[in-house]
Amino acid sequence: MIRFENVGLRYGLGPEVLRDVSFRIAPGSFQYVTGPSGAGKTSLLRLLFLSLRPTRGLVHIFDQDAATLTRDSVPLLRRRIGIVFQDFRLLDHLTTFENVALPLRVLGASESEYGRDVSELMEWVGLGDKMWVHPPVLSGGEKQRAAIARALITKPEILLADEPTGYVDPPLARRLLRLFIELNRLGTSVVIATHDLGLMDQHDARRLVLNHGRVDIYE
Amino acid sequence: MSDTPTPDQTTPRRRKRRVRAAHGVRSHLSRAADAARQLRRRPGSGADPHSAVHGSNPIVPPQSVARRALLALVAIMSFLACLTVAAVTLVGERADNWQRQIADEVTIQIRPSDTSPIDEAVARAVDIAVQTPGVRSATALSADDAARLLEPWLGSDFDRSELPIPRLIAVSVTAGVDLDALAQRLREEVPGASLDDHGLWLERLSSMARVTTLGGVFILALVLAATALCVVFATRSAMAGNRDVIEVLHFVGAEDSYVAGEFQRHFLILGLKGAGIGGLAAMGLFALIGIFGRLQGPTPEEAQLRSLIGGVTIGLPGYVGTVLTIVLIAVIIAATARLTVRRTLRELD
Repeated sequence: MIRFENVGLRYGLGPEVLRDVSFRIAPGSFQYVTGPSGAGKTSLLRLLFLSLRPTRGLVHIFDQDAATLTRDSVPLLRRRIGIVFQDFRLLDHLTTFENVALPLRVLGASESEYGRDVSELMEWVGLGDKMWVHPPVLSGGEKQRAAIARALITKPEILLADEPTGYVDPPLARRLLRLFIELNRLGTSVVIATHDLGLMDQHDARRLVLNHGRVDIYE
Repeated sequence: MSDTPTPDQTTPRRRKRRVRAAHGVRSHLSRAADAARQLRRRPGSGADPHSAVHGSNPIVPPQSVARRALLALVAIMSFLACLTVAAVTLVGERADNWQRQIADEVTIQIRPSDTSPIDEAVARAVDIAVQTPGVRSATALSADDAARLLEPWLGSDFDRSELPIPRLIAVSVTAGVDLDALAQRLREEVPGASLDDHGLWLERLSSMARVTTLGGVFILALVLAATALCVVFATRSAMAGNRDVIEVLHFVGAEDSYVAGEFQRHFLILGLKGAGIGGLAAMGLFALIGIFGRLQGPTPEEAQLRSLIGGVTIGLPGYVGTVLTIVLIAVIIAATARLTVRRTLRELD
């Protein structure tokens, strides 16, 4: 599904933040990307999400070479990837429901087509009573769940989550993890970038440990 | 972080609702996956901003697009453009009218001569004219009529006998008339007669109409270009203000055309409103000028002006031109916004 071979990344003329990173993400797999702050977790996720191009090395996403992708083909690949940002990236002028439904709206679906699915998913992530409020009045945890629901609504083939439990209390973190596991059972590959050891201990999975830009893999 | 109740705090009713929802989420995810897969495969999916949800908030907030200032600017530009179109239409119509009238008529002028009385010369010239193939009619203006033509310059109380006033014969002709032969015959048989086919006037009128039309088109092009440039700046400003929206749209898989469509929709509505206001103001002005013109008394100066240009009211073509100008401005604004968004996105990439 995704293959990295000797990937290097630097911003401008700065030092390499990722060095000789090689790994594969198989369909239906579950993995954590972990490491200390500044180790390059977010950069790695951005490479996976095609919002960065590698400085060197090969990145193959859904059997396509990221270096040769045209501008028009990137959105089509992104529709197969769900992403949860550390800072949520919710649009404040849209309601929570509209934020969650945004990927389907972009795909051209009408509210009558997606309304029920969005409502069910929002109920499930515990935002059933917050559908029609705007993000500024949501707590950090509610924003996190709205961002996760938005990433899941199209049932992507791979889900990338950057510190998805960073703003939630332990019980909710467990529930969110169960959600990711459930999603993984349904066939979605899951990549969670986190430095929360407690979270990783709750569900044993492959770990990609980043340190000084290099990756060590613990199966 | 106490945004969600802990399991202990959860009421049985709430727990029951969540369990039901949890059962439903599996089927939801499967249904959503099927729908999403179909949508992903749909050709051009995501490129049609018109498929957006009715009643939903617009993805690009309308208040983030420079509205009032741009609306006023578009209205002013539209007003100027509509005035230009109306002026060009008016001049074009009048020039056509003059050309038709002048081309259908020639004038025989007979200067007073010592060799023969002028009335005989006029009668002879009329005879020659009506005998010529292609001549519909020949009407001689009386001495009084000829004198009246000079009244605007000389007044009504001048002594006619002291002036050698030429006599005029208005000859209505068809396209097949041989004017050279008629002129030749008049020169040979009527002393002091000459034929004026209005060729000089026709040429000047054509030149004037051409220059006016070109000038109008040039002014219109300048107005449209200035409007488009303003829209470019406004679009870039709106994009800068909505950078987070554009980023999120890209992250959820929106194509550039979808993003461009979201901005284009705002600018099209703004363009239609602004151009509509400007165009309606221009049409109101035309109507006022028309009413004002009809209310004025029939002074000799106005009668002359009216006989020359036929009044300043614009006809149906002028109003149609104004409506088309409104639509054209709105389309140019929407297209400019779309192209600017796409170009800016490519530059950002």
